[in-house]
Amino acid sequence: MRKIFAITGILIVAGLVLAACGGAATSAPSGSGETVTVKETVIVTVVAPASPAVVAPTGYGVTLETVKARGNLICGVNSQVPGFGYVDANGNFSGFDVDYCRALAAAIFGDPTKVEFRPVTAAERFTALQSGEIDILSRNTTWTLVRDTELGGNFVHTTFYDGQGMMVPADSGITTLQDLEGGTICVQTGTTTELNLADVMASLGVSYTPAVFEDADATFAAYSEGRCDAVTTDKSGLVSRRTVLADPAAHVILDVTMSKEPLGPMVRHGDDQWFDIAQWTVFALFAGEEFGITSANVDEVKASATAPEVKRLLGLEGDLGLKLGLTNDWAYNILKLVGNYEEVYNRNLGPDTPTYIPRGLNNLYINGGLLYAPPFR
Amino acid sequence: MQRETSQTTIPFWRDERVLKVLGQIAFVILVGLFFSVIFRNMMTGLAKQGITLSLGFLRGVSGFDIAETLFPYDRNSTYLQAYQIGLLNTLLVSVVGIFFATILGVVLGVARLSTNFIINRLAAFYLELIRNLSLLVFLIFWYLGVFLKLPKVKEAIIWTGNIFLSNRGVGIPWGIPTASFPTFRLILLFGFILALIVFFSLRAYSQRTGRAPLTLLWTLLTFLLVAAAGWILLPEKPLAIDLPRVQGLRLTGGKILTPEFMALTSGLTLYTAAFIGEVVRAGIQSVSKGQVEAARALGLNGFQTLRLVVFPQALRVIVPPLTSQYLNLIKNSSLAISVGYPDVFYVSNTIQNQTGRAVEMIGMVMLTYLAFSLITSLLMNWYNKKIKLVER
Repeated sequence: MRKIFAITGILIVAGLVLAACGGAATSAPSGSGETVTVKETVIVTVVAPASPAVVAPTGYGVTLETVKARGNLICGVNSQVPGFGYVDANGNFSGFDVDYCRALAAAIFGDPTKVEFRPVTAAERFTALQSGEIDILSRNTTWTLVRDTELGGNFVHTTFYDGQGMMVPADSGITTLQDLEGGTICVQTGTTTELNLADVMASLGVSYTPAVFEDADATFAAYSEGRCDAVTTDKSGLVSRRTVLADPAAHVILDVTMSKEPLGPMVRHGDDQWFDIAQWTVFALFAGEEFGITSANVDEVKASATAPEVKRLLGLEGDLGLKLGLTNDWAYNILKLVGNYEEVYNRNLGPDTPTYIPRGLNNLYINGGLLYAPPFR
Repeated sequence: MQRETSQTTIPFWRDERVLKVLGQIAFVILVGLFFSVIFRNMMTGLAKQGITLSLGFLRGVSGFDIAETLFPYDRNSTYLQAYQIGLLNTLLVSVVGIFFATILGVVLGVARLSTNFIINRLAAFYLELIRNLSLLVFLIFWYLGVFLKLPKVKEAIIWTGNIFLSNRGVGIPWGIPTASFPTFRLILLFGFILALIVFFSLRAYSQRTGRAPLTLLWTLLTFLLVAAAGWILLPEKPLAIDLPRVQGLRLTGGKILTPEFMALTSGLTLYTAAFIGEVVRAGIQSVSKGQVEAARALGLNGFQTLRLVVFPQALRVIVPPLTSQYLNLIKNSSLAISVGYPDVFYVSNTIQNQTGRAVEMIGMVMLTYLAFSLITSLLMNWYNKKIKLVER
């Protein structure tokens, strides 16, 4: 008998704790110790379903509040693509997408180190964002309609204009997609790449066998073992992964572009303030380059600024930062602590890096590219 | 006696029988409430994000290709068809894996008990080594370390002229049905029925006379004889043998087993066989030595002792743990994702990712594995009931 009471007691306490956890921000289980009566438990458990449950924080302003209360930003990134998101042997993250997270942290906290990078795979990234495990997804993710609607997210803005490419061993003699007739192509699961490959090959009437893997490492490991005749992903990804192949010179990227791949950060539906902050962080990076403000000269520019828009951008005039729910020096912090778009680009993908990608479309509109920031006013 | 009569008067809240029932009811209510909280929590969360649960999306066009399919599938097929492809692939790997693991496991178990020192030690070494490895590591070893290390298609190892080994797959000769195949199928059916008749009449004979003929052997022989007769007598051979060959970038002809399939089935088979080997050994050792001595005293020879005395008794011990090894193999086949074989979990992952329907897909996959496991359990329990000791 005593045993039954003991077990029931344990269950009741466990139920209470769980119910309290389920009941969102209700206080810690009061008196979850020894003096719990059955009556109390029943009340708590019955009430719990009605109270707001623990879900991803949504609603206007909730995300910023959560991030500020936590004291850091949790950013979902890639850890396997050098130049975009890569973790080195010492556990340091680097890359274009990673630097965007730092810029966002600089805008919020005035400190680019207040970011926790959480590596997510292509397959789990949207779930991680939906469930609130990460505050923002900055992981070379292609902007598509389905992802913008059904997957419960909003694309902030394109930060990198990309296109899907195909890499083959240099000695294979393959120069066009038609040459791949009957071949095997390595591709990563859960990507737009996987879908584009099927689309493009179907429209060209080329029959092929896909070999589909869970992450970039597995995909390129199989490719380098000769499992496939070709490997496909975004061109930027091919350039970057080629640098970590055993013999980079032995592989060529075909001169074909299979699709448009606008890559950019993504936030959850439901918090427009957070969306605005994320978007204007991108624009601040663009504007920095447009106005020639770099991390090196930002203090100088700030001291001598006369152009009204530059003054508004750096917080000398107006209260643009406050309107975003941040401090007025948010853009100054981004440019001072992380740099402008060009600096971020060159640091990760510039001519001095092994992952050099010519800027192409990723140039300011005044230089023939597509980067265009709306007015800061 | 006095105490028993006084028990009828104690109040129900101190009556152990009543309290036991009440305890169980309370437990069920608690569990029910717990899950309703969890479920409502999920529904609230999903509703907040404007997501509703439905399976309608399964009718949408999938848009992706799958490498290995048992029936026609392309990018225009639906998500449901993609799921079915994955389901069949899981089934295929499980059946092939269970078949070979059982054979290898029995051989290992018997070898482990062999009096031959070398065989015994080799089997012991294999069992101890494999059972202490992680299956995931083992699978990746087979994939990256063995099947992808085979030479390129153009330099494929050709074994006995017909078996091609390359890093694009293993090509084996395969039969292609010809015009006479339907007739041959009828002959096979006839052979199957005849074999059943032989089986049941031999069993009846055995029960009538108390003798033990080699029932299974004769049954199998009957079937094979009919099949062979059909094969020889038909004017056109029912199956044309198609040999694998190299054509351009790939192997064609025959049957091409991909490195992913080979890695997964060989990994699962060799891993599970080690566990089955131990189960078989334990089963054989559970038969007391006296039984063997008694059998020999009655004049049975070694094979008869094994077949008529040891094995029927060992089977009672073997079957329950064997069932759980089979279940393990089925569930472990979900590690296919690590070597890129499109099983049901892999395909559901892709669908989930392309549609964002995480809850539905996880639910479907869980139900699928549950169904597979329950069906296997049911079959094995039925078999277990059949062979267990009937006590009078």
